[in-house]
Amino acid sequence: MELAEENLDEHHLDEKEVVDVVVRFAGDSGDGMQLTGTNFTDATALYGNDLSTFPDFPAEIRAPIGATFGVSAFQIYFGAEDVTTAGDALDVLVAMNPAALTTNVGNLVEGGLLIVDSGAFTAKNLSKAKYQVNPLEDGSLEKFRVLEIDITKQVLAAVAEFNLGHKTGVRSKNMWTLGLVLWLFDRDRAGTIESLKTKFASKPEIASANIAALNAGHAYGETAELPAGIHVYKVPKAKVAPGTYRNMTGTNALAWGLVAGSELANIDLLFASYPITPASNLLHELVRHREFNINTFQAEDEIAAVCAAIGASFAGSLGVTSSAGPGIALKAESIALACATELPLVVVNTQRGGPSTGLPTKTEQSDLNMALYGRHGDTPMPVIASSSPVDCFDVAIEAVRLATKYMTPVMLLSDGYLANAAEPWKIPDMSEFEPFPVEHYSKTEDFKPSIRNSETLARVWAKPGTAGLEHRIGGIERSFDTGDISYDPANHQKMTDLRQAKIASIANDIPLQEVCLGNDSGKLAVVGWGSTFGAIHQAVKRARAEGLDASHVHVRYLSPLPRNLGELLKNFDAVMVPEMNTGQFVNLIRSEYLIDAQALNKVAGQPFKIGEILAAIHANFADTGGNS
Amino acid sequence: MNQALPKLTVKDYASDQEVRWCPGCGDYAILKTIQKLMPTFEQPKESQVFISGIGCSSRFPYYMNTFGFHTIHGRAPAIATGVKLANPELDVWVITGDGDGFSIGGNHMLHVLRRNVDLQILLFNNEIYGLTKGQYSPTSQTGTRSPSSPTGSIDLPLSPCEVALGSGGTFIARTIDTEAKHLSAVVTRGHDHQGASFIEILQNCPIYNDGIFDQVKDKKIAADFKVELVHGEPVVFGKEREQGIRLNHDTLKLELVDATSDDVLIHDESNKILATMLATMKGPDFPVAVGVIYREDKSSYVDDSQQQLISVRAAKGSMQELLHSGHIWDVE
Repeated sequence: MELAEENLDEHHLDEKEVVDVVVRFAGDSGDGMQLTGTNFTDATALYGNDLSTFPDFPAEIRAPIGATFGVSAFQIYFGAEDVTTAGDALDVLVAMNPAALTTNVGNLVEGGLLIVDSGAFTAKNLSKAKYQVNPLEDGSLEKFRVLEIDITKQVLAAVAEFNLGHKTGVRSKNMWTLGLVLWLFDRDRAGTIESLKTKFASKPEIASANIAALNAGHAYGETAELPAGIHVYKVPKAKVAPGTYRNMTGTNALAWGLVAGSELANIDLLFASYPITPASNLLHELVRHREFNINTFQAEDEIAAVCAAIGASFAGSLGVTSSAGPGIALKAESIALACATELPLVVVNTQRGGPSTGLPTKTEQSDLNMALYGRHGDTPMPVIASSSPVDCFDVAIEAVRLATKYMTPVMLLSDGYLANAAEPWKIPDMSEFEPFPVEHYSKTEDFKPSIRNSETLARVWAKPGTAGLEHRIGGIERSFDTGDISYDPANHQKMTDLRQAKIASIANDIPLQEVCLGNDSGKLAVVGWGSTFGAIHQAVKRARAEGLDASHVHVRYLSPLPRNLGELLKNFDAVMVPEMNTGQFVNLIRSEYLIDAQALNKVAGQPFKIGEILAAIHANFADTGGNS
Repeated sequence: MNQALPKLTVKDYASDQEVRWCPGCGDYAILKTIQKLMPTFEQPKESQVFISGIGCSSRFPYYMNTFGFHTIHGRAPAIATGVKLANPELDVWVITGDGDGFSIGGNHMLHVLRRNVDLQILLFNNEIYGLTKGQYSPTSQTGTRSPSSPTGSIDLPLSPCEVALGSGGTFIARTIDTEAKHLSAVVTRGHDHQGASFIEILQNCPIYNDGIFDQVKDKKIAADFKVELVHGEPVVFGKEREQGIRLNHDTLKLELVDATSDDVLIHDESNKILATMLATMKGPDFPVAVGVIYREDKSSYVDDSQQQLISVRAAKGSMQELLHSGHIWDVE
């Protein structure tokens, strides 16, 4: 099914001053587009715009040069108002070769700016991109403002003095291009220059060549005779709350959230995982922070990773494991062991396109059912999801809190988009977070491993090494009274009910569901979870600006659900649930609350566009004769 | 640990759980021997942890009055690795069987051995799946008739010690369930070893594979069918210790010789090539080797991990500093 989409018609480069802009850098996977994008992001953040980024790269590490499947892109949406998505359509496309052009030009708005490296439009590259004729020559790009530059030639001239040779010299193409785009939006080059000096500290001549290329690109903008309508665009600064800011990707926010969680819980954390796209970066980030009470373990497989984490939890640390869908499937049996033995565990699922290997570098939300139901036996566990890159920080802390307080595994859902996307983050003050220190059990009198907290129903955490607390636990059903093996029918009923009740009771320990934009009753509630937050938010905002009675409800706690969610949703005439799957959360809403919620599904490996959700909102109001 | 520990006895190591193995199971003998052996280590009982997978042998932790974790099929080495990483002070034991350790859990066994995680791994090898009622296992002899192989199994069996050697194990030994003295001596040496100690225990299953190890267990004939390896001692066996084993330097194969022959092998635990040859010896042509087959000194994974932690934690992390590290900017 192809989704209806509306053009938002908000971006234009006709004026000298524009409210917001979407820029996409696209090139070969070896062209350094991700580095270009992150440097432009830093400069943009420093300039004072709000922003959101979307790195979009192929699974192939080094695809054949010029191939369409090897195109790597970095998209950034920045502007003067709140930005929560990476943008629907492109105002500026930088295409470093024909493959990058053909795979991205369809998304460039009419009148948009197209910057191409004409030096890369060779017969060979054109053929690889399946162009019969050179698009720079056949008039097919007439509806765009085309800035055609032989960047390869420009770069080689700019770096000639360093005698690097053709191959190495050409590699500074991305910095030349970055220089030009920095000029185009009046951004400062100092940050990039500093980062190049750091990155190439051991190769000063490479650093110098890249800086020379950057400056040359910038100078080109200043001095060259550019076609009419191409000039420096001013994007006013966003009105953001005062404070100290940094750019943050979802992966780093999640890693740092786990570190913060372990500090707040005052507990050691063992992060055990097995490499898998797009989850591996979490391990890469955490291994760099072992100066905290963090240790990491790269296991031999997914099962060993979760098992090592469970072993660490048994020993009194907090075990955390991480993967993407296929790996989480492998961990399922072990997660159930942690549920059965009531040991804390955090399981991070950075969801990607499925099933099977699916689309490893693309995003999806199709593991919700697995998170909620994907275990043998009656095995409930809390499931929470982050809504934006920086939200990963708070959600990770919450996962640590729930796991240690309730002695349970917790599933944290992120996805490929959140993991790689970045946004500015007002750095939090750690003193504003309430600590939740873990207390391991120490009373030897009448000790049994089955003792539990009467309020939370959490089992005691009696760690090895504590004299007098020697005990055995295991996967065989445990007696409610003693923790010993029990095959008693009534006991199994009691323990199953207990496991259910313990997780259900967490609903009393999480915030009531609020409406994040709009009213708490009305015509339409657009209900989302996870990374669809940004697109839904913008769509509802635009609908409301048109006078439509739409509200945005974003659900962080997917199991147990907030205890007022059903009542809240019943206050709306209609409920719509956009999801990057075939309708997993909408089914939960329907079955849980008997609400005729409508699904809006997209499974394309790409995030929702604002216009897709806005079109669905408009369709909903058209169907119901709403007050538009 | 010099402060006066209460003197522990075998009774201290028996848990209050009713032992549920079949009458006559070799596991009883192993349990008794280990319970007797534990006090000799003079460690606090609360520092000792038994981790097991699934299978008859994996019920073992329930009967030891220490910390214990009966986990899932094949995963005990991975869970034990996590336990040891979280608290290197603990004395961690893995109890597993031939199916648990070398079929469903084969991958973890390989990696725990190559990493040399400081654990004692006791593999109860009865060459059969007991708890699932008698199917052939990865160590069953070809031709084993079982519910899943009524016309005889066609799988080729693996040799646990050989695989353990190939995995990079640093302590490889074999012993016998009912040979309490030998079992105690081998396990004690394994316990002393820094790193992963792999100990295969030939264990009789009286229900599904009864008598499979009779040749090496029956006091009347065992001397002719097994050879006890002792580091630095000649490799000789037989009722009168009349037979020996030598390496034929032309064929690079082991062969039987008269024990008085001057080229009888002297067992060298540090010789991996010979250890592999000795580990794979079996009847009818050769005796089965028991004792410490191979041993080498290598740093353990957990020690190396701790060393890295000490070095990276020279300056303790500060969350506030981390949050403000790298590129930040102020908005007024």
